[in-house]
Amino acid sequence: MSIDVSQFHDVFFEESFEGLDAMESGLLNLSIGTADVEAINTIFRAAHSIKGGAGTFGFMNVSEFTHVMETLLDEMRNGVRDVTSESTNLLLDAVDVLREMLTAVQQKSDTDDERIENVRMKLESMLNESAQAVSEQADVGEAVEPELSGDDGQIGWTIEFKPHSHLLQTGNDPVRMFHELELMGDLSVVCHAAKLPAFSDIEPEDCYLSWTLTLEGDESKDAIMEVFEWVDDDCDISIEPLYSNEPLVEQQLEQKQAIEPEAARPSELVENDTAEPEPVVMQDNKVVQANAPTVAKASTQPATASIRVGTDKIDSLINLVGELVITQSMLSQIGDNFSEEMLPQLIDGLAQLERNTREMQEGIMRIRMLPISFAFNRFPRLVHDMTDKMGKKVELKLSGEQTELDKTVMEKIGDPLVHLVRNSLDHGLERPEVRRAAGKNETGLLHLNAFHQGGNIIIEITDDGAGLNDEKILNKARERGLVAPNEELSAEKIHELIFLPGFSTADTVTDVSGRGVGMDVVRKNITSLGGSVDVVSKQGQGSTFTIRLPLTLAIMDGQTIRVADQNYILPLISISESLEIKNSDIKRVSGKGELYPLRNEYVPVIRVYELFGLKPQTTDLEEGLLVVVDGAGGNKVGLFVDDLLGQQQVVIKSLETNYRKVVGISGATILGDGTVALILDVSGLVSLYKDPSLAKLMVVDERVA
Amino acid sequence: MSELQQVNQPLESLEGVDVDGDQYLSFILGDEEYGVEILRVQEIKGWDNVTPIPNSPEYLCGVLNLRGTIVPVVDLRKRFEMPLKPYTPTTVVIVLKVEGVTMRTVGVIVDAVSDAHNVTEDNIHPTPEFGTHVDTRYIKGLVPIGANMMMLLNIDQLLSVEALG
Repeated sequence: MSIDVSQFHDVFFEESFEGLDAMESGLLNLSIGTADVEAINTIFRAAHSIKGGAGTFGFMNVSEFTHVMETLLDEMRNGVRDVTSESTNLLLDAVDVLREMLTAVQQKSDTDDERIENVRMKLESMLNESAQAVSEQADVGEAVEPELSGDDGQIGWTIEFKPHSHLLQTGNDPVRMFHELELMGDLSVVCHAAKLPAFSDIEPEDCYLSWTLTLEGDESKDAIMEVFEWVDDDCDISIEPLYSNEPLVEQQLEQKQAIEPEAARPSELVENDTAEPEPVVMQDNKVVQANAPTVAKASTQPATASIRVGTDKIDSLINLVGELVITQSMLSQIGDNFSEEMLPQLIDGLAQLERNTREMQEGIMRIRMLPISFAFNRFPRLVHDMTDKMGKKVELKLSGEQTELDKTVMEKIGDPLVHLVRNSLDHGLERPEVRRAAGKNETGLLHLNAFHQGGNIIIEITDDGAGLNDEKILNKARERGLVAPNEELSAEKIHELIFLPGFSTADTVTDVSGRGVGMDVVRKNITSLGGSVDVVSKQGQGSTFTIRLPLTLAIMDGQTIRVADQNYILPLISISESLEIKNSDIKRVSGKGELYPLRNEYVPVIRVYELFGLKPQTTDLEEGLLVVVDGAGGNKVGLFVDDLLGQQQVVIKSLETNYRKVVGISGATILGDGTVALILDVSGLVSLYKDPSLAKLMVVDERVA
Repeated sequence: MSELQQVNQPLESLEGVDVDGDQYLSFILGDEEYGVEILRVQEIKGWDNVTPIPNSPEYLCGVLNLRGTIVPVVDLRKRFEMPLKPYTPTTVVIVLKVEGVTMRTVGVIVDAVSDAHNVTEDNIHPTPEFGTHVDTRYIKGLVPIGANMMMLLNIDQLLSVEALG
């Protein structure tokens, strides 16, 4: 009975990472000084399942490491050890190390052994301290095993292992346990086959053997018990220390050496003794052998992403499919004997079909939706660590965590969010003394809020810190020549400056921020998701960054436009307005570049037909429309198009699957009549307008992705 | 003829076919016959309107919707710089599977589909050098079919991402 355990690896990793998240949030919520048994239990349980799983799959370093953490947690749970900020911080470090180890195992890459060892040492020294402290107290001493020291001549352990007859039926395998022991030190095994009945009486599923094992090495008793943890209740086991200066043990050792060649392979020993192969042990061997190739195989399989979906979502989909089937059968009934009188019925049926399809579409989209708490959950830890480091006091408030967002959008929004939060912590919120001087509460407030608005999700990052220093930003911008020396800007315009590449007002570069790579990247990433980011800030009162994102990347609200004889789709989110213009309003720059004065700014006019090399039906600006869109960097541009047609939701299809990226086109969609319409990419169009030679470029930078 | 016989007939006619060698689908461009490996042919569909891609080479007619995927379509007459001729009812799009870094699907517009031929390795004659006036890079070899000649196309080169520019 060989089981391919590698098929469970993915599940194990997934569950372990979830467990780590649970441990982390549990640790952060632990209140210092009190032992909240329920909270510690949650952490302990997560650690315990990781340890058990890792042991089962043979990730020994992971399970050993977790074991040390577990011991510490166990002491906290039993009230032997106080919950101090020191110990929670250490445990948080250990969670990080564990995460790294698991990631390394998952990706078959190397671990940072030094760091692991370092944290492990810290954990162990903390454990030892506590053990001493406790033995001084004496009243709770029995909760902790006395520490064993190796200075009394002990060289190892003698283990008497007598499994009950049903051990094998519980799925446990002595051979595996012995292999595990073998890793701990010099192991010799003596098999006692005295209880073995006559062959005709053998129950193939029963275990008749018992073993005496001698393990030389400085493993702790706990580590050995660990190996037998799963069979605790199914065997009699005694573990006695082995001393080098005891004649009895020496005798045993000699005996051991005499049997060793056979003892090393228990199954062979059995064969010799009984002259008939023992079916159970043979099976065991097969399992052990089968393990090696499966592990190798797993390394070639790429990890597939999976998603957890609530059963209610699945149930509602199944209901919808049921309705769809009913509609379908109704329609085919109408189709079978159609007459003119049935036309109203047909129209009704088609309307029903449309409703079903739309509901199905929404239902399926909902499957990909995850609550934003997945992205928010990392922030308590981040804030905890950073405020510690910077000596600030910050209260983190999360709200709207249940707001749902497409999984792919969620994955891509993580980094920009982290960046914005770090920014607020570093630049925004002030030190306690500064806050006190400004008459504010010493503890700063950082508020992450998410909610839905129309077809968008809005994420707000608000702090009640210093706010943007308008003067400083403006000076910096003038210094860099981004703004003319005597030009005055409105507050909004000044705030826009922070999104320019390489712009930083931080006086000193910290390891948190100030290198000036940042806000422009944030904006670029968010724009590439079809979203936008803005800042509202009031000096001395704090700032709010608002991220606006489409709910999903697969479907988009589009505006159909006509250019020459072609229809294109323009993302509705990028359009700010559309207007009819007069030729007389157009200003020209050196006879060529056309600008349209829109309220208090000049908007460059981009003739889309020129960029795409199309034969226009009209070149007269008065006969078409100017669609004003938000181009790159918050600058508005006007697209000259022939006409605006309808608005509709479009499903985004990739052009690159079978072709390549095209500058100015972000993808394609299929219209109701089955034809393909291309989706315009505004920032691509702007680049094309600035540099027409891009059109001939084969490979375009990733921005147009 | 009973229905059963009708069904059996194509099977019988297959028995005479030489099972050695690869099967090639041949198609017509003007008065020339070209062949592509039949296993690379995903489907053959009637000519349909395509959506042009801006700033693409002229021979790339555009993209069409093949049951939800966007497939680029190349007009082989334009690709081979042959005189253009209006599309007729026999004009078809052969949808081919092209291997490269990734497997892609590309359609080619041809005048008509002709036949399926079995071609063994020793039937393939090397392509002669024409010098500069005929581009033979995309021709794998020549196969005599009766009095005619079929040119085997190397579609992986002809329709590679770079070639679709």
